Amino acid sequence: MSHQISLTVNGQAVTETVEARTLLVDLLRERLGLTGAHVGCDTSQCGACVVHVNGRAVTSCAVLAVQLDGCQVVTIEGIAMGDTPHPMQAAFHEHHGLQCGFCTPGMVMSAIALLNHNPHPSERQIRAGLAGNLCRCTGYHNIVKAIAACAAQAS
Amino acid sequence: MYDFHYHRPGPLAEASALIADCRDGVYLAGGQTLIATLKQRLARPSDVVDLGAIDGLAGITLRGGVIEIGAMTLHADVAASEDVRKAIPALGALAAMIGDPQVRKRGTIGGSLATNDPAADYPAAVLALAATIHTDRRDIAADDFFRDLFETALAPGEIITKVSFPLPERAGYAKFPNPASRYAMVGVMVGVMAADLGGGVRVAVTGAGACVFRQPDMEAALSKSFTAAAIEAIVVSDEDFNDDIHGSAEYRAHLVTVMAKRAVDAADCGPRP
Repeated sequence: MSHQISLTVNGQAVTETVEARTLLVDLLRERLGLTGAHVGCDTSQCGACVVHVNGRAVTSCAVLAVQLDGCQVVTIEGIAMGDTPHPMQAAFHEHHGLQCGFCTPGMVMSAIALLNHNPHPSERQIRAGLAGNLCRCTGYHNIVKAIAACAAQAS
Repeated sequence: MYDFHYHRPGPLAEASALIADCRDGVYLAGGQTLIATLKQRLARPSDVVDLGAIDGLAGITLRGGVIEIGAMTLHADVAASEDVRKAIPALGALAAMIGDPQVRKRGTIGGSLATNDPAADYPAAVLALAATIHTDRRDIAADDFFRDLFETALAPGEIITKVSFPLPERAGYAKFPNPASRYAMVGVMVGVMAADLGGGVRVAVTGAGACVFRQPDMEAALSKSFTAAAIEAIVVSDEDFNDDIHGSAEYRAHLVTVMAKRAVDAADCGPRP
């Protein structure tokens, strides 16, 4: 069964007709061509598909697109200012917070939401904030360093 | 995922009327269990009735010695609530332990209770704190609500609207999370009821069995002496306990005492409003 939905994605108004069962991540990747949110596990455990819905970080594989009529969605593609990376992206680059990069979009989106909520987290709070984001390469150390550096830079 | 008819009613009464007309309808709250279940094709409802657009189902109020939490209130909002922190700090701490940050920004207390997952956190709080579950039809005491594996006292089509927790004298929660899912391998909530509600200690265990349950031996021991030492020697039977790749029944039984002791140690009382 199809439904017409209107939402804002990365600041742009979008109107699409979707099946009731279409997941947000599938709308983003397959219809809108925004392939930054990755489908890592498809069981809502890895966090590679994290995006912001109305300012809150959620797994886009665990939300139906049709639930989000009227919502504001921001993906990893929507955070840079033109050619200038978002400070969190710059911090991940600076501190080598990635290796293969597959988890990185979700990590960055979770990290931005974490600092929006708690601008000066402790290392422990950063690690707790990443509880829903899995990385199989880095051992997390440089990711945590990058987020701490981004927080320090903003103060 | 199989396709389904999707509805997003405004008024509460329309939601229950819609479900009554469906061949096999389900309500959608935060979707953090339901959507995963649909994706795995473990369920094939004809209709999904989204409760997300109904006004008045989310929010937290503290008054008259009771804290009320609307059914659609997110775990993250309970965890961050000043009122909850003041009134029942252990409840806020429990909400902050559910799943991961992303789950807590979609998942709701009403959804968790209606699902009654055997390893969910909220059932332990509701049972240990003698909360009342309010629906669009009636009020249900916690002791009558949780029936069995994924089974509750809710009738077909009945909608949880809010949950009210009487403020306890003290309460504490401890859980041993499964490191992958962060569901409770075992979680124990202890609550000391306020004197005007008859006092007494309630101990509720989640994760160990098919459904949350009270532990009477510990309740009796803690009523005499509210200390971890009072329950240290209690050996919990592992009969009918969950037994899976994550932990044997015997292991979970041992964890019940360990988590109960930690919950007692963590138990704190908030200043009365």
